[in-house]
Amino acid sequence: MTRFSWFNVTSLTLGFAFLYLPMVILVIYSFNASQLVTVWAGFSTRWYGELFRNEEFLDAAWVTVQVAFYSSTIATVLGTMAAHVMVRGGRFRGRTLFSGMIYAPLVMPEVITGLSLLLLFIGIGMDRGVVTVVLAHTTFSMCYVSVVVSSRLVAFDRSLEEAALDLGASPFDAFRLVTLPIIAPAVISGWLLAFTLSLDDLVIASFTTGPGATTLPIKIFSAVRLGVSPEINALSTLLIGIVTVGVVTTSLVTKRAAVQRAREEQAAQRAT
Amino acid sequence: MRRAVLIVIPYLWLLALFLIPFVIVLKISLSDVALARPPYMPQLDLSEGWAGIRDFFAALDFENFVFLTTDDLYFKAYLSSLRIAVTATLITLVVGYPIAYGMARAAPEWRPTLLMLVILPFWTSFLIRVYSWMGILSNEGVLNQFLIGLGVIGEPLQILNTNTAVYIGIVYTYLPFMILPIYAALEKMDESLLEAAEDLGASRLSAFWLVTVPLSRSGIVAGCFLVLIPSIGEFVIPSLLGGSDTLMIGKVLWEEFFSNRDWPVASAVAVILLLILIIPIVLFQRSEDKAREAGK
Repeated sequence: MTRFSWFNVTSLTLGFAFLYLPMVILVIYSFNASQLVTVWAGFSTRWYGELFRNEEFLDAAWVTVQVAFYSSTIATVLGTMAAHVMVRGGRFRGRTLFSGMIYAPLVMPEVITGLSLLLLFIGIGMDRGVVTVVLAHTTFSMCYVSVVVSSRLVAFDRSLEEAALDLGASPFDAFRLVTLPIIAPAVISGWLLAFTLSLDDLVIASFTTGPGATTLPIKIFSAVRLGVSPEINALSTLLIGIVTVGVVTTSLVTKRAAVQRAREEQAAQRAT
Repeated sequence: MRRAVLIVIPYLWLLALFLIPFVIVLKISLSDVALARPPYMPQLDLSEGWAGIRDFFAALDFENFVFLTTDDLYFKAYLSSLRIAVTATLITLVVGYPIAYGMARAAPEWRPTLLMLVILPFWTSFLIRVYSWMGILSNEGVLNQFLIGLGVIGEPLQILNTNTAVYIGIVYTYLPFMILPIYAALEKMDESLLEAAEDLGASRLSAFWLVTVPLSRSGIVAGCFLVLIPSIGEFVIPSLLGGSDTLMIGKVLWEEFFSNRDWPVASAVAVILLLILIIPIVLFQRSEDKAREAGK
């Protein structure tokens, strides 16, 4: 039974106002004509124009997207392998250490991860740049991917895989033709998560970056350290817009797929 | 054979890029600062064979850790990180619980939408969400203009660059981590239990304290740890919203490394931060295991 209560409605309204108002204010002020970010001087798209003429931001955005694409793709492959090992691998030597190394980066403060990776890169004499940031991002995001994919693998009916093996499929084919299509939604959300984490990361990228590999968060951080800037408001609005469209589309697509699947399952049951 | 490859690749990756770097931090935390590149010593000299290794280990010491105890800046920073993180976690709980409660009691057809509205900020850049408060809390910011416009205050309040702003930042950015586990616990709850309590004469408030809160305990515990653990080592929030007197250990480590260029001390700060974090992490792991056992 669901009771309509003023208390619940109020707490939801206030709660969501708190979650969304700061971003709404940011979006509104990105259209402010004034250079002074706190004085409203009429509607203008001036800062968006300035933003697109700013080579440094465009370069940083391109670096960030490249880093996020490479690191999330490698992390998805490694994370899916790691999840498979964790859930299906059985016992092997060093398993405890392995699961420790999968979970520890999830709770490790970013400053420590960043510092330790930088000291490694310096220790082995590796030049810092896009490659080192990709390596760093891959390492922490593969752990997130592995957690997401493991939870799907645990819920997965193993007899399907065994049936494929009994019917003569090689282990690799069984994985490719049976397991992978079933865990695909988890693999995709793992990739999206890794991509977002990489886009978002400031601390680890600051430690591991080098000349020519300034990512967008590093650029934003150095620009806002001294205060609010209208260009950053415009940039933030664009990023918020992209994320909103992405998340809403993804959830609509998955919802439709789920409805579709339910319908097919019903039809299949009726047929038997 | 194929199985071995599957294990070895992610294993080696994590060894090389997670465990070994950490051993290096440990090693450097025991070294001394040097005016050299890299700026610490001793360096392991394998060309001298055993003697090189022996000299290397002989030169390691706990000097940096002793230094951390003599300068009370570090002790204060650890303490104040813990205090800020614990306080902010409790505020997040107080703010997040009613939201999670309202979501769990909303009509079922609304719940997926509400859930998505809580998750959406999580996908939005952390840095931008922290930054959005700078324009609100500054002296000429939206909040001060609003309050002055209403006539509530005459002078702008100094909120940005204080610990209050840090609390607001932590509560705001980590709120979804608090709401989601509590919502998950409350949603599973059987509401007829509340009706039973009220039938047996409990007031609505005491039914809430005696039935709802204990049943959502697993969610509360999980939410608190999920907020507490990352906020202890937080860097972005104190450096954008905090003031020069906001001491948080993540910021100290960053400055020790980038401004003072004292790598051995930065490494020692990192080692101690990790030792402090192990306590809540182990407690969290235990409570999760317990919850899993109870769920079986």
